[in-house]
Amino acid sequence: MTLTDRINAAFRAVPTWLLYIVAPLPAAWWFYLGFTGGLGVEPIKALEHEVGLFALQLLIAGLAVTPLRRFAGINLIKHRRAIGVVAFFYVLLHLLIWLVLDMSLLWSQIAADLVKRWYIIIGMASFVLLIPLAVTSNNWSVRKLGPAWRKLHKLVYAACLLGGLHFVILSKGFQLEPMLYMAAVVGLVALRMVPKRSRMMARA
Amino acid sequence: MAGRWKNDLNWSEVTPKAAFMNRRQLIAGATALAAGGIAGPALAKLGAKPSEYSTDATPNTLEEISSYNNFYEFGTGKNDPAEYADALTIDPWTVKIDGMVDKPGDYSFDDIMSGVSLEERIYRFRCVEAWSMVVPWVGFELADLLNRVGVQPGAKYVAFETLYRPEEMWAQKRPILEWPYREGLRLDEAMNPLTILSTGLYDEPMPKQNGAPLRLVVPWKYGFKSIKSIVRISLVEEMPPTSWNMANAREYGFYSNVNPQVDHPRWSQASERQVGGGLFAKRIPTLMFNGYESEVAGMYADMDLSKFY
Repeated sequence: MTLTDRINAAFRAVPTWLLYIVAPLPAAWWFYLGFTGGLGVEPIKALEHEVGLFALQLLIAGLAVTPLRRFAGINLIKHRRAIGVVAFFYVLLHLLIWLVLDMSLLWSQIAADLVKRWYIIIGMASFVLLIPLAVTSNNWSVRKLGPAWRKLHKLVYAACLLGGLHFVILSKGFQLEPMLYMAAVVGLVALRMVPKRSRMMARA
Repeated sequence: MAGRWKNDLNWSEVTPKAAFMNRRQLIAGATALAAGGIAGPALAKLGAKPSEYSTDATPNTLEEISSYNNFYEFGTGKNDPAEYADALTIDPWTVKIDGMVDKPGDYSFDDIMSGVSLEERIYRFRCVEAWSMVVPWVGFELADLLNRVGVQPGAKYVAFETLYRPEEMWAQKRPILEWPYREGLRLDEAMNPLTILSTGLYDEPMPKQNGAPLRLVVPWKYGFKSIKSIVRISLVEEMPPTSWNMANAREYGFYSNVNPQVDHPRWSQASERQVGGGLFAKRIPTLMFNGYESEVAGMYADMDLSKFY
């Protein structure tokens, strides 16, 4: 049994429902820290940032599943849907923190931001693109939509690119961290374009 | 400005905080143990006099003011300056004053501090990122220093520079901004009595993360105008380049007066949230010129503030 086989067997043994149980724990932890002073003296921004960053990390993890299988033989397909659904809920939580805690539900200012500030427009676009994907992340939708399901779910590439861009343009000055996230997203999307045939030729 | 108390002590004669803290904390600690309570650390009082320019608002705590900072020389995280600014050497400290002045030269920190009387100025502080604080600065009017060195007639602007010392300010090794950090004021703004050079907080010497040993405070402008750890002050004829304007001219104008009506392309400036209110702190409306309209609006009377932002 190779190392890859062992990794795959280990991941296969993890039940899917476990991810949904574990998924809310980071959010609960950050809220707890926010209440108890563990997020510093401005907990709203800190919470917004932590949750948003984790959402982006989950989106990237979801994007990595297919290339991992294709180029490294590691098979996480079983857990891809759960990763995607959890990512969606973290994006939603990030949005709610912005609306309720950060903006104090000041709707006129929120509306102005939604048409004027590019990083907010882009972030919101990413969220909107993720809605149909979250809604159709179930066996019934996969059967019902057939081949259209695969097409629909290619929207995740656009949503991830917009999410990465959101992080890049909200950062002040020239900062490395958001660029690295953006590079990861671009790289993982680009891997989809590697033609299958040339890979076989390279191996031969 | 008038009736200043003259001080014949030098800044260097202030007992270093670490020295007396050690002794007092031992005593306080022993007392606290004996009493079974918690003793607060003793503070090094600078003896700053109250000022009529102070706001009545309740100041933020020292912990809030010194743990939530934008000082990109020490990293872009809000807590980075508190974590890394310890590496900064602030003694000795020299400020080069040059350009169109009668007495240019390299002034030691003690030179600068001799002959000034320190005031406590409790000012509102508004960051362009839409958070705010109320800060009890200790300092003296920039005008006092400028008058001392003699501003020559042709000077129209004052340019400031922060220390460039990447071995102590690690993030200067990263191209976050073009270092050293630069800021500037028009001469009338620099001479306004609200504009101070600050050397302390809460009647104590300035924490390094807040721009020790000497920083500018211009309370009616966004916080990034209030340049920290100043090593150069130049009187010049032309509007000087300023760091954030160099990085992104569309977003950061030279004036950068707090103005809820003029939209910043990135953040709405209509409201702000005061740091320290916890997880459910509400936004409050931002005031024109950060509440200093009556003191400063006259300087911009015939300017279109949506153009000169």
